[in-house]
Amino acid sequence: MLTEAQAWQALDAVEDPEIPVVSVTELGIVREVVAEGDALRVVVTPTYSGCPATELIAESIVDALKAAGAGAVTVETRLSPAWSTDWIADDARAKLRAYGIVPPQSAAPGGGQVVRFMSRTLPCPRCGSTRTTRLSEFGSTACKALYRCEDCREPFEYFKPI
Amino acid sequence: MGAQMTMQTTPEHLEYVLRLGDAALIHGQRLSEWCGHAPVLEEDMAMANMALDLIGQARLLLTHAGKLEGQGRDEDALAFLRHEGQYRNPTLCEMPNTDFAHTIVKAFLLGSFNLLLWERLGGSGDAELAAIAAKSLKEARYHAEHTGDWVIRLGDGTEESHRRAQAALDVLWPYTNELFAPNATDDAVSAAGIGPAWAELAAEWEAAVLPVLKAATLTVPARTPFQSYGKFGRHSEYMGHLLAHMQHLPRSFPGATW
Ligand SMILES: [Zn+2]
Repeated sequence: MLTEAQAWQALDAVEDPEIPVVSVTELGIVREVVAEGDALRVVVTPTYSGCPATELIAESIVDALKAAGAGAVTVETRLSPAWSTDWIADDARAKLRAYGIVPPQSAAPGGGQVVRFMSRTLPCPRCGSTRTTRLSEFGSTACKALYRCEDCREPFEYFKPI
Repeated sequence: MGAQMTMQTTPEHLEYVLRLGDAALIHGQRLSEWCGHAPVLEEDMAMANMALDLIGQARLLLTHAGKLEGQGRDEDALAFLRHEGQYRNPTLCEMPNTDFAHTIVKAFLLGSFNLLLWERLGGSGDAELAAIAAKSLKEARYHAEHTGDWVIRLGDGTEESHRRAQAALDVLWPYTNELFAPNATDDAVSAAGIGPAWAELAAEWEAAVLPVLKAATLTVPARTPFQSYGKFGRHSEYMGHLLAHMQHLPRSFPGATW
């Protein structure tokens, strides 16, 4: 069996399947780990409602905890409070940048305000140029927007604040 | 979660949640039809991502509806095993894609509405619905932004893109009447503190939508008495085809997994 502290440590090694440089704990999607006798209950929150990685993440969590010696493991999904990019750990932001994904540049917006033709000055993760253009509000996954650097001409992704 | 189980579920409460779930499901299904067909790769990805958000929201809402109903139906049973007259989405959601401009105008009109709805539902007396709303609001903001930007690009773009955007608005605008049509379900739900009557959102919705249409140099059609009745279970001729496509696999191979 595992203590809660040991369980958190084991979860630090569970990668996000779509962004394998950051762990599920660094992303802030593991909300609680509770030891109940020999069993562990892990509370997770989805990043986006339709994120196809959610089920895979739950399986990886169970596998990692069992491999570390846990008894029964249950994964519970909790929606509230809704996941926010504000919960991404500072070290993880540096890892995202090194991987070629610009981390969120601002706190999550609140309420229902809409910004038209939002222009953000995002530094290119490859060459550092700020001459960059947004190609689309949506990238290869729901959590990212697609940009292009006008100097090195390479596309890159931006982790949108939500 | 405990609170909603002890809360007496009324037929109106269930009906209201079904409208929300079906609106997300059917709008998401239509957007997903663009996968592999959008005019540019970036938009193909955008449509697929918005569809995924909507279908994710539909899963949460229909799961919740199944619990409110208390007859053991899960999200799949509600999504795939009902008949046309049992779906409660507004007709606007089921309107065909026709061309890119139709999809964009429709997704903008609906997205702007959803944004207001989720914001209000964040304070719902139904705790599960409030949680789903708070999550969906974050996603809806990006949908409204993206589609609104495109409405302006198309409307204020080339002669051809303007013509198509205007044609889409002319066809779709009358269907927005249905969103704000007063009805007894909304009255009961509003009185119970579960959610706003959709009619209450009409003025705010116009305040959000009209400036964008103006910036897009589009002419807003005059309001007519036209009414559609999708959220009351009477759908357009397009709904049957949509359902045949969407339900084909789960009906042909019950319980199939992959
Ligand atoms: Zn660059």
